[in-house]
This record gives sequence, C-alpha cells and structure tokens, in this order.
Amino acid sequence: MNNVIQVEGLTKMFGDFTAVNAITFEVEKGEIFGFLGANGAGKTTAIKMLIGISNPTSGKATVAGFDVLTNPEDIKKNIGYMSQKFALYDDLTVKENITFFGGIYGLSRKKIKEKSEALIKELGLENVASQLVGSLPLGWKQKLSFSVSLIHDPKIVFLDEPTGGVDPITRRQFWEMIYKAANQGTTVFVTTHYMDEAEYCDRVSIMVNGKIEALDTPKKLKEQFQAESMNDVFLKLARG
Amino acid sequence: MGISISNISKSYKNVKALQDISFDVKPNELFGLIGPDGAGKTTLFRILTTLLFPDEGTATVAGFNVVGDYKEIRKNVGYMPGKFSLYQDLTVEENLNFFATIFGTTIDENYDLIKDIYVQIEPFKDRRAGKLSGGMKQKLALSCALIHKPKVLFLDEPTTGVDPVSRKEFWEMLKRLQQKGITILVSTPYMDEAALCDRVALIQDGKILEIDTPEAIVKHYPKPIYNVRANNMYQLIISLKDYEFNHSVYPFGEFVHYTDSRTDFNPKELRHYLETKNLSDIEIQETEATIEDTFMELAK
Repeated sequence: MNNVIQVEGLTKMFGDFTAVNAITFEVEKGEIFGFLGANGAGKTTAIKMLIGISNPTSGKATVAGFDVLTNPEDIKKNIGYMSQKFALYDDLTVKENITFFGGIYGLSRKKIKEKSEALIKELGLENVASQLVGSLPLGWKQKLSFSVSLIHDPKIVFLDEPTGGVDPITRRQFWEMIYKAANQGTTVFVTTHYMDEAEYCDRVSIMVNGKIEALDTPKKLKEQFQAESMNDVFLKLARG
Repeated sequence: MGISISNISKSYKNVKALQDISFDVKPNELFGLIGPDGAGKTTLFRILTTLLFPDEGTATVAGFNVVGDYKEIRKNVGYMPGKFSLYQDLTVEENLNFFATIFGTTIDENYDLIKDIYVQIEPFKDRRAGKLSGGMKQKLALSCALIHKPKVLFLDEPTTGVDPVSRKEFWEMLKRLQQKGITILVSTPYMDEAALCDRVALIQDGKILEIDTPEAIVKHYPKPIYNVRANNMYQLIISLKDYEFNHSVYPFGEFVHYTDSRTDFNPKELRHYLETKNLSDIEIQETEATIEDTFMELAK
C-alpha cells in the first residue's frame, strides 16, 4: 500500500458545531498535496487530528501507517511539521536549533553533527550559524525551519502556510526545496493562501464549511469548474 | 489632502529600515505599498501616523507635518495596524463606542461611512472582540479606524493570512471607501493585489524599487518572458537553471517563467535543449510579465 495518509469519514465536533464533517481522502507517497480552504473552513482542526494532537469525534485516519486515535505518538515520530506561527526558537542560534530538534527526535550526536553541517552548507548559512535565529530575515528562517522539519527523515511533512509574507524570490526557493523533498520520496502536505502555489501541487483539496468540496489535480479542477486559474476555482467554490 | 513624503530615512541600531524614501499619494488615491516582511512598510506607516520620528526627511499627511502637527494628524487619520489592536475584553459595540468617544463623536454621527462593513458584524455586537473570527476582527478594526471619518486611511497588511475570498471582499470595501472621498495607503505582501491599486510603490530592504501605475510597471519589464511547461516540474526547473543562457527562472503556477540572456533568443533551441534533458510535453510560449516578475527583476 502506497498511501501515506488514509482518511475516512473523519469528523470533529465542538459541542454541536461540526468543524470537520466526514472528510475522506488519501495521499500517496512522494505526493505534494495542497490542503486549501477559506479561513474557518476547518483546515487547522483537520491537520491537528492528522498529526495526532486532537482526537477525532468519529471516523478513521492513518498517517505514516499509524492510527491517529490509537498511535498518535508513533505518528509524531514519523512526521515533520512547520508553520509560520511555530517554527524555530528565536533565542537559540541556528546550530542550537538544529541540535535541539535533532535531539527531540532522538538522533545520535554523531548524526546531529553530520546533519547540522550538511544543512548549514546546503542553505549557505555558514556565516550566521552562530547567530540567534531571531536576527535572521524571515525568508531564511522559513527555509531553515523547513530543513529542520526534515531532520529526522520523516515520511511526511506538514507545512501550514509556510510562505506567508515571504518575498517572492525566497517563496520560489522554498518551493524548489519542496519539489526536491518530494522528488526524494517525502510526502508533502501543505496549506497556503497563495493560489499560484496551489498550481505547484500534484493534487489539491478545497474545504468549505468542514467538508471537502473538491479534490483533484489543479488541471482537472480547472476543467471541472471551467476556470482559468486555481484562484478562480477557489472563488467559485468558497463563495458558493 | 494626500500624503507627501520627502527623503525619509530611519534606522534601528545597525538595520537601515528606510533609506531615503520619497513619494506622494494624491488626494483620494488608493495607493499600494507592496513588499515582503521586513521591507520597511510598518516603519513608514508608524512615521506617517506620528508614532515614530524619522531620523531624516519630512512628511506631511492631509497637509500636516508628521513631526510638528502630530495632534492634527491624529484627528484626521485612521490607522489599522497589522496586528489586531482592539480591546479583546470589550464587546464589538463597546470597542466601536470607545473609539467614537475618544474622537469626540458617536456611532450614529458617522454610521453612514461604516454601515456597509459594520452590518456584517452587527449580529455579533455583544460578543467580545477576542472571540471573533479573523475575518470579523478585521471588519471591526476597519470600522473602528473609520468611526471618526478620517481624511486619510492607513491599512498595514490588512489581508495577510486572509483567504482569497475574504481578500477579494476586503478590496471591494476599500474601493467603496475610496468613492466616499478617503485617501487610502494600504500595504500588502501579495503582489496580485497591486493590480487593484491606482498606483503602487514596490519596496524591499527599506528602498523603493519603483513607483507607478500597475499597468505601467508591468510594461517596463525589460525582456520578453516565456511560459515554459513540461512533464516534470522539478526536472524542468533544474534543467532551466543549468541552461547557460538563462537570465531568470521562476516557477509561476503551472508554468515556469523564463527569460533568456541573449537578444536573439530562439525558443526552438531551448526546446531542443530540454529534450536532451529527457523532458517531454514541452510547451514554450511568450507571455506578459506580472507585477511579481517586475518585483523579482528589480530585487535581483
């Protein structure tokens, strides 16, 4: 079985409010999967269930082969996560952040040292390796944060609006890193409000009021909704 | 009743946040300040709203000097900061009443101006501001910034992190406010929103890259630009970057935008090169530049 994420009828209720309403989908190994929706559509609640920090009210989901309800701790070891809100510690240096997250994921000292050197070299951060992360430009931070989320070679990485506010050149460098990771077999699950980025995904789902209302390749979605761009698809769907 | 900015500079320790910035916003213009995080947008807003002194240079807002006439400016401008800054523990209506009272007016007096926006959150007027959704907070903040009928409205990244549908609605609201005679300076990191402004300034690292109408900025793009597509996006990007004649290679939605360093570029040659890289389904077609292309070319 090549599905890294398998979700069936996944539902989350808060009181009598249904935040996530029986969503069903799967994501294949090495796929870049765009998880879109308007603010308040239920994306964050769904992601919280998939990464094992919120129990579903009903339905089933397995992530990296583990059940979200019975094995959430195994999921956490096998996924990477980054968001704009939580990424790295501003008061630690670049090296300290890498060491810290390597340690959290149980990498050996030797492995951390290797990873740390490779990662700093790849991102061209040699000159700022001993600087506090808080002093770096946002774009550098986000690229570093993405690399750190991959430090334990997870099967899947969850990216929650990774490029918000980042300049256009860095935003593209970031996506090249995503392509590279996917090309090496890492599954990428990403949310964004930039609709051009939706076009970079292999497949895209669009959530409206807790339900997945559309799911396909960007090309097929545009055909289905007779739209010129993913932005048009989004406007047609989310506006009802 | 516009804005005039002359040679403004501002530094924080060793960071030059703004370097010799000059431009004018005409009365009743909808002017966009377009640039990424860290470009200096918020620093400029804080100077224009009299919350920060410039190190050098001068500026006037609605005819008043930002240093000498700060009291007048505060009466005449509305400011919606990027970070939600209303009182979370007051209800929607209490917040609005509070701001009206501070400015010596009442909700009724200027209701006309905010009606369009406020009706959308009025059903929740007894809810505490801290309990509102993102979109509703934004509408309340805009109502509060407008309640004293300002001549000039400053909006610092009102649409950051907001989904495309709500962004579109927000820009429609701005257009209606402009029709009511208000001058608007709005900042955004979304390049596609530049097209909705009368004129824009592109800003990065504290410097203005260009100021013009969105149409003119796009026309100034110096090179022919090509949409390139193939069966494997990642392989395509790598191959184009390895191509010795490339001037720029940027993914743009379903295509890669490619410009060539030669003046006698022939797309057939590029196609041939890409074929040697084992790519198939190759499409190469000339296209028009966007604001984002121009921004990246200038920021290079």
